[in-house]
Amino acid sequence: MNAPAVEAVEAGHRYGDFWALRGCTLSLPSGSVTAVVGPNGAGKTTLLNLLVGLLPASEGRLRVMGDQPSSRPEFLAQVGFVAQDCPLYREFSVADLLRFGRAMNPRWDDALARQRLAAAEVPLDRRAGRLSGGQRAQVALALALAKRPQVLLLDEPLAALDPLARREFLKTLMNSASEAGITVVLSSHLIGELARVCDHLVVIRDGQVRLVGELDQLLAEHRWVAGPPEDTARMPSGVEVLSTSSHERHNTLLVRSQGPLLNPALTVSPVDLEELVLAYLERPAPHLSPPLGTHEGARP
Amino acid sequence: MLNFRIETTSGLAPYVQVVQQVKQALRLGWLQPGDKLPTVHEVASTVAINPNTVQKAYRELELEGLVVGRPGQGTFVARSLSQSTPEALTALGRRLERWIAAARAAGLDDDGIMDVVRATMRNLRTEASA
Repeated sequence: MNAPAVEAVEAGHRYGDFWALRGCTLSLPSGSVTAVVGPNGAGKTTLLNLLVGLLPASEGRLRVMGDQPSSRPEFLAQVGFVAQDCPLYREFSVADLLRFGRAMNPRWDDALARQRLAAAEVPLDRRAGRLSGGQRAQVALALALAKRPQVLLLDEPLAALDPLARREFLKTLMNSASEAGITVVLSSHLIGELARVCDHLVVIRDGQVRLVGELDQLLAEHRWVAGPPEDTARMPSGVEVLSTSSHERHNTLLVRSQGPLLNPALTVSPVDLEELVLAYLERPAPHLSPPLGTHEGARP
Repeated sequence: MLNFRIETTSGLAPYVQVVQQVKQALRLGWLQPGDKLPTVHEVASTVAINPNTVQKAYRELELEGLVVGRPGQGTFVARSLSQSTPEALTALGRRLERWIAAARAAGLDDDGIMDVVRATMRNLRTEASA
């Protein structure tokens, strides 16, 4: 991991006077696998569409492999994209889709696509409209990877898959990530499977990035702390308290700190990914922007 | 081949889980010096886990001197972690059985017993680091 493969600086997109994404700043290293999580309508799809050049940035700056996202063929050749619900031409057979892809993409690797589809046991003569959800996802992934992209963006690739198909899909994804060293960004509102496949995390809500960073580091910095009220009330400096729930004789806190907590009266336990994501989604926005659609017009 | 299991709700980072599972295999003698660990690519594609996670775990094991990476060949076990003889483990197990029987007699269930074990080990660690 060296130069960032994906970069955003204060990037945003506005539909009319509605900001679907605003002030988005992140930097994802080359070869990383990033999960973009948040509830439906949080801005995940907007972020991916900005990165693939389907939407223009209304403000800020975006770079993918050092390039500004656009519809130029040189840019698109570097980027693979699997849109939500894996849209495929329903009347085309899988073999037709491969022919189509080969005709459209100069760097097309047909052997790789066929090998992946064979491994996923997808029949080439089947029409796309008759594939199962898991097979459709495998076809969309094989097509995106056959372009030999350096960055692969996937919008909710797991949402429609049953647990078995999900695991098979992630195996294919991790197989290609380890083979080609590509940078992967996938959005999901399912958190369970992400901890095993991702090394970076972006939490989005209401068009704002609430948390971004390297997953292991984020998990190491956050901890549950339980103890008697007098001990949980005064945390050492440098410890940020994210949430507190009070009980009769003890409090439970979610804290973020770089160093260890040495007070023996406190019981410290680790946080898992789901708890971490939920804590940041439930928190009020750190700097509330004005109510949507009311003051925006008055701005210069 | 060593089969890694990643639990996503354990609160342990996946790379730590890989490190722990290799160490466990070394302690129990499932892995011996000279054995080859599965490649990063093999683990990523069969267990559906991030290749960077596996790489990070192997790097950590290498820093601890437990494995050694040979470019182009793979990662190999450098030393064993067997801490004890089978006889000693059996003897410890017997003493533990007696302690567990006493704990049950005192009214603790399995969860209660694990709580006591964890709290005691945590206290010992805290004393050691203080």
